[in-house]
Formats: sequence, C-alpha cells, structure tokens
Amino acid sequence: MKELKSQGSLPNSPGTPGGNSPRDKRPGGLNTEIQARIGHQLRAMYDDVVRQGVPERFAELVRRLDDPNAAKPTEGSD
Amino acid sequence: MPLTDSLRDDILAAVPNLRAFAISLSGNADRADDLVQETLLRAIANIDSFQPGSNLPAWLFTILRNLFRSDYRKRRREVEDSDGSYAKTLKSQPSQNVHIEFEEFRAALDKLPQDQREALILVGASGFSYEDAAAICGCAVGTIKSRVNRARSKLSNLLYVEGADDFGPDNTIRAVIGGNG
Repeated sequence: MKELKSQGSLPNSPGTPGGNSPRDKRPGGLNTEIQARIGHQLRAMYDDVVRQGVPERFAELVRRLDDPNAAKPTEGSD
Repeated sequence: MPLTDSLRDDILAAVPNLRAFAISLSGNADRADDLVQETLLRAIANIDSFQPGSNLPAWLFTILRNLFRSDYRKRRREVEDSDGSYAKTLKSQPSQNVHIEFEEFRAALDKLPQDQREALILVGASGFSYEDAAAICGCAVGTIKSRVNRARSKLSNLLYVEGADDFGPDNTIRAVIGGNG
C-alpha cells in the first residue's frame, strides 16, 4: 500500500531531502549540463581528426585517378 | 557528372570529415583510412551517378557508411571479445585526467548500437541536418531523431550515472515507483 505524503498541495521546500541536486543523475534524464559535455567530447574527438587535414596518400589518389568518362569518346567538344 | 578539377577539389575537401566519421565509427585509424580509400575509389568510379548540385559530402558519407556496415557484418565476431573487459579496466581508474576521460568516452561510444552511434556522429559531430542524416542512413527523419536521443541518453547513463552497469534504467525506474511490476 502506498504511503501518501501529507498534503500534496504544499510546494517542496528547498531543503527537501532527496530533492534534485544541480547534477541530476537520473538515468535517462537528459540533464543539459551532461548533454553539453557529451556534445563537447564528441566534437573534440571528431575535430581532432578533421584538423589533421588531407593525408598526402588521399590527395595523390584523388588527383591521379582517371575520370571514368574519359575512356568514352566525347562528342562535340575538342 | 564529369570528373572536373573542381569536383576533384570538392571531393578532397571532404576527406578530413570522411576520416573523422570513419574513425568515430570504427574506433580504429588504420581501418578508417582503408574505408576512406575505398570510398574515394568507389566515388570516382561511380561519379556518373552523382547529381551535380546535390550534396557531395552527403553522397560520400553514404558510400562510406554502407562500406562500413558491410565490413562490420564480416568483422563482428572478431570484435566481440574485446568489448567488456577493456571498459572495465578504464572504469576502475580515476577520471580527472583528460586522456582517461577521452578513453572512457571512446569506450562508451563503442558500446552504442551501431544505428545510434552513426546517427549521433552525423548530427552531433559532422553537423548534418536530420534530413541529410536520414538520407545517408536510408531511414525516416523521425527515426534519426529518436536514434540520436537514445544515443545521448545511453551515453549519459554510461558516463555520468553511478553504478549504471549493475543498475539499469528499468530497474531504477521500478525502484523509484515502488517496485510495481
């Protein structure tokens, strides 16, 4: 049987035991501070790689690969 | 579309992001670079099927994502045993240090289901819109949104909820509402 806590109409006092802490750790609760940290960590990991630029092997590959269209005879233009 | 010099430049400009996507997905730099190379080869071989004026990065990401998924299915069994033990080692260490925190994040990201991980990376790191991410993954926009939300929620549990491993969300909620079945 559920125990009802006094009058539900009373607002929670700031000192209520078990009230939400600034860092609410409820599972599944998308605490904005935690979500900001996750977003930051994700981008830090990702941007670390982006900043490495284009490795020479890929630059060379893309420059040297033939246009698959070039094998076919082109019409009109020279 | 003919492979003009400017198109080659545009493809090259996408390479840093393709690498970041590949590394984020696979967690392995060598494998990521193999994926990027295969993506570039396929893109250029199939450049005819690229619609001029459409989103080139999204087209390239789609190729890489599909390559990764077919590759992942083949490798699944090799990866399985490296899962739990590594993360446990990390959890026992203090997390004040930035490097440890990064390793923890990486380990948590690897624990996400594949669908959720790719959705989160595309939207949260690559900066694609939900619409572009849906096109890349071949699913509905609403599906992408829910995958991103579930990914965030799961990462939050893995990284910031004490004892999440032995006290999952379902149990916690049940405990909170009084053990009702």
